[in-house]
Amino acid sequence: MPDTVSIGTLTQAASAKPAPLAAVNDFVVKFANVNGSGSASANGLFAKSIIRMGVPVAARNIFPSNIQGLPTWYEVRVSGAGHLGRRGGVDLAVPLNPQTWDDDVKEISPGGYLFYDSTKPLPASKFRDDIYVIGVPLTAICNEAYKIPRERQLFKNICYVGALSWLINIDPAVIEQLLKEEFAAKPKLIPANLAAFNLGRDYAQKHLKPIGLQLQKSDAVGNRIFVEGNAAAALGAVYGGATVCAWYPITPSTSLAEAFTGYCEDFRMNPDGSNNFAIVQCEDEIASIGVVVGAGWNGARSFTCTSGPGISLMNEFIGLSYFAEIPAVIFDVQRGGPSTGMPTRTQQSDLLLAAYASHGDTKHPLLLPADPGECFTMGAQAFDLSDRLQTTVFVMLDLDIGMQEWLVEPFQWDDKRQIDRGKVMTAEMLEAGTFFGRYTDVDGDGIPFRTYPGTHPDKGAYFTRGTSRNRMAGYSEKGVDYQDNMERLLKKFHTAATLVPGPITREAKKKTRIGAIYFGSTTPAMHEALEALEAAGHHINAMRVRAFPFSQDVYDFIHAHDEICVVEQNRDAQLRSLLMIEGGIDASHLTSILHYDGTPITARFLFDAIGKRLEARKATRQVTSKADKQ
Amino acid sequence: MTYILKPKLHHPSLPKNELGFTRRDYEGRVSTLCAGCGHDSISAAIIQSAWELGIEPHRLAKMSGIGCSSKTPDYFLGQSHGFNSVHGRMPSVLTGANLANRDLIYLGVSGDGDSASIGLGQFAHSIRRGVNMSYIVENNGVYGLTKGQFSATSDKGSKSKKGIENTESGIDLVALALQLGATYVGRSFSGDKDQLVPLIKGALSHHGPAFIDVISPCVAFNNHAGSTKSFDYVREHNEAVNRLDVILGRTPITADYRPGEVREVTQHDGSTLRLRKLHTDYDATDKIGAANYLQERHAEGEIVTGLLYVDPEATDLHDRLGTTAKPLNQLGTSDLTPGADALAKINASLR
Ligand SMILES: Cc1ncc(C[n+]2csc(CCOP(=O)(O)OP(=O)(O)O)c2C)c(N)n1
Ligand code: SF4
Ligand SMILES: [Mg+2]
Repeated sequence: MPDTVSIGTLTQAASAKPAPLAAVNDFVVKFANVNGSGSASANGLFAKSIIRMGVPVAARNIFPSNIQGLPTWYEVRVSGAGHLGRRGGVDLAVPLNPQTWDDDVKEISPGGYLFYDSTKPLPASKFRDDIYVIGVPLTAICNEAYKIPRERQLFKNICYVGALSWLINIDPAVIEQLLKEEFAAKPKLIPANLAAFNLGRDYAQKHLKPIGLQLQKSDAVGNRIFVEGNAAAALGAVYGGATVCAWYPITPSTSLAEAFTGYCEDFRMNPDGSNNFAIVQCEDEIASIGVVVGAGWNGARSFTCTSGPGISLMNEFIGLSYFAEIPAVIFDVQRGGPSTGMPTRTQQSDLLLAAYASHGDTKHPLLLPADPGECFTMGAQAFDLSDRLQTTVFVMLDLDIGMQEWLVEPFQWDDKRQIDRGKVMTAEMLEAGTFFGRYTDVDGDGIPFRTYPGTHPDKGAYFTRGTSRNRMAGYSEKGVDYQDNMERLLKKFHTAATLVPGPITREAKKKTRIGAIYFGSTTPAMHEALEALEAAGHHINAMRVRAFPFSQDVYDFIHAHDEICVVEQNRDAQLRSLLMIEGGIDASHLTSILHYDGTPITARFLFDAIGKRLEARKATRQVTSKADKQ
Repeated sequence: MTYILKPKLHHPSLPKNELGFTRRDYEGRVSTLCAGCGHDSISAAIIQSAWELGIEPHRLAKMSGIGCSSKTPDYFLGQSHGFNSVHGRMPSVLTGANLANRDLIYLGVSGDGDSASIGLGQFAHSIRRGVNMSYIVENNGVYGLTKGQFSATSDKGSKSKKGIENTESGIDLVALALQLGATYVGRSFSGDKDQLVPLIKGALSHHGPAFIDVISPCVAFNNHAGSTKSFDYVREHNEAVNRLDVILGRTPITADYRPGEVREVTQHDGSTLRLRKLHTDYDATDKIGAANYLQERHAEGEIVTGLLYVDPEATDLHDRLGTTAKPLNQLGTSDLTPGADALAKINASLR
């Protein structure tokens, strides 16, 4: 079944009960659970088993800011065609949380399926006539099989995976293998979990027929890995040579620091047990960035990871890093705004905050990874860039990339690659009489040399301060010295545009004057929408920007098109603002396509929003061209 | 203020330390502080201490926040790297610098506004974290640089220059430092160089968080009658519990005191702190006793000075983190990057 149809056909005939949805390796399953009920590992097992069958999966947790009791959802998109963004819509719902039942049932596509725990009878009003209902008495089955309440609850989760495996054709051998791997350290749990799985599977096999949504073994996954962006970024930091990590817990960035700790324990311990790293959980984000700046000043690669509220607190230090020219790396895992609640949802809403963080005239390079694969490469590259540019470099993840597992190409590393410490003057260079002016542009790229403290007994020491200094780091409050320095910093920023990852263009099949620009976690949904739009006759050249400052290619692309749709997951069109501010692009040239309800953007949303915009554009052009002819 | 440039040539007869450096080699730029400012005396004491200890200037890093006090690192140890950071945040910057290279000596200079007001949190956490540093607060009870507002160490009842009385309780940083786990705690007075220099020397040779509160009158905004941080007030109320000599490992110790009068404490680096007791009951290695004594004397309106507490068994943040002996900033690609084979294994675990 061509998947373009799966997002391109949005309406169904309303009259008779629609036929049951039928698809092979192309559907969306959504679980609704209660936080803390132990469902996460069962749901993970479900997703991973499909991947092991060689069928690509995009899985997303939607969770509240609490530990126990509130609703959570887990959405599994199965896409033989390899679409890893959210599609939109639900084909098979598994609502196991009475609290959210009504909304969960409402979401099911007409002709879709509802799988539920039928232990307690529900009134007909709790269902819909245009969907297919499958009941399995999960609670009854488990109450009979288990005595201990906690076991009843935990095994109920595995039990529904068993029932579903029969309904959609998950290979039980794959489940068995996964359970063996997961419980390798506690082998007793393997038969126990397998038995619970079979309880569900056997019941379903006896009482139910497989549904129209079916899995078929495939080789579409290839050798891809399934990993979350925070772990990938942490691994990038290890490979990038970070030695100092200072952080303060905040969702959705916490797991980045935790993963870094884990990887350091694996890879950075010396035979004598000493550590080639130092990780400090600080008292707040101000201290975290202060430690990073102090370590960067003293020549260690250091980073912090945080989210928007943390960036707000770090502002003063980020400015100091800019003016005093001190390397620092900040991973910003973006979320929705202040307080709790929305913050456990995803957004791309810190772009402006990060790009211009701090007081005075400041701007900072941002790297914009699209998936965990790029979290790894950019995570490592950020350290080379910040050392080279002697400034703060942001890596802008979001919750969708950071905390969800994505299917990506395996990580790669070239063993010949050496850490680039940038322009650091050594004792030998100083001894040889090399000129050293801390804030002097010797190479014409705006980047001066620095020395690490302790380098040489009587050469190369300097006093670091914010702004009031001349090219030799001497104290100066003269306007000309200030301006001279600021011009050099601007030149350095232009150099940054040539060093950061460049944009990637995706040409339409037909020549077109319409373009689209997007970035980050929007990417997979965007690619799917572009295919569907193309099938619907809308040809669009697309560019994924991967960093700020933008290279000239980005502006050339914009100028080569009559209209550019700028797609982003925030309310205020922040990428569009950056393009306008830095590139002097006319507002009317850039049409905003915005999605910011906290859920990851979907291909269906993009298909609709961009499609509508282009239809409207066609219509006005027909009107104006008619008018022209009159 | 003075703008006279210092002569560059050294007088041949200036005494030299064991490295062959004169005091001049430990000086910095000419101070731009008000003539008579207590902070300049502290800079002079730092110069004297570093010279007497024979510290190689480039092996010391000096860090500060913002304030008149925080400007002073520019006025001493001109051959050392210095970092005048942001207001109240010197402790975190120093912590990071220390993590990057455990081999240097870290001297943090701050003010009472910098450390007790905006920076109280960082002051507290750097100490409880056990950062190996000498943390000096140049305490004048006011914000000098912003022209004389009360700071958080200003005593309740102390009067501002305009006669306004401070109604908020003052923070005693020494009491806090003790509670927070500083392993070397002293208090002194910028006007008492004989007491201050050994205290700084002891701090610089201490392995662990060393804190010294130095009362340092602000002649421009807080040196009038009615202020509890004026020269006159501090001279009258200063109550020293001991006199300290710092004896480096290599100097032979000669016993010229009566038994019971002197207490010797050997530090991690081999230096010896010789404490001549001025108060027979005061034991500088008894933390609880020290805290009680401070409270009692404070209630009496006394300013207790001297080496108030030292833990010769002190450890630091690196000891606790288990960091490698080699400075982190000197590790190279092969120490840090696990390589392609390790990555292949990680990939395999993620399928
Ligand atoms: C974030 C911030 N807020 C306010 C200031 C203004 N400011 C500069 S110095 C200072 C107070 C300094 O007082 P203290 O640390 O006691 O130093 P002193 O000048 O008394 O030596 C203030 C409030 C600043 N530099 N930064
Ligand atoms: S204002 Fe006060 S603290 Fe500042 S330099 Fe003058 S006397 Fe010293
Ligand atoms: Mg002050």
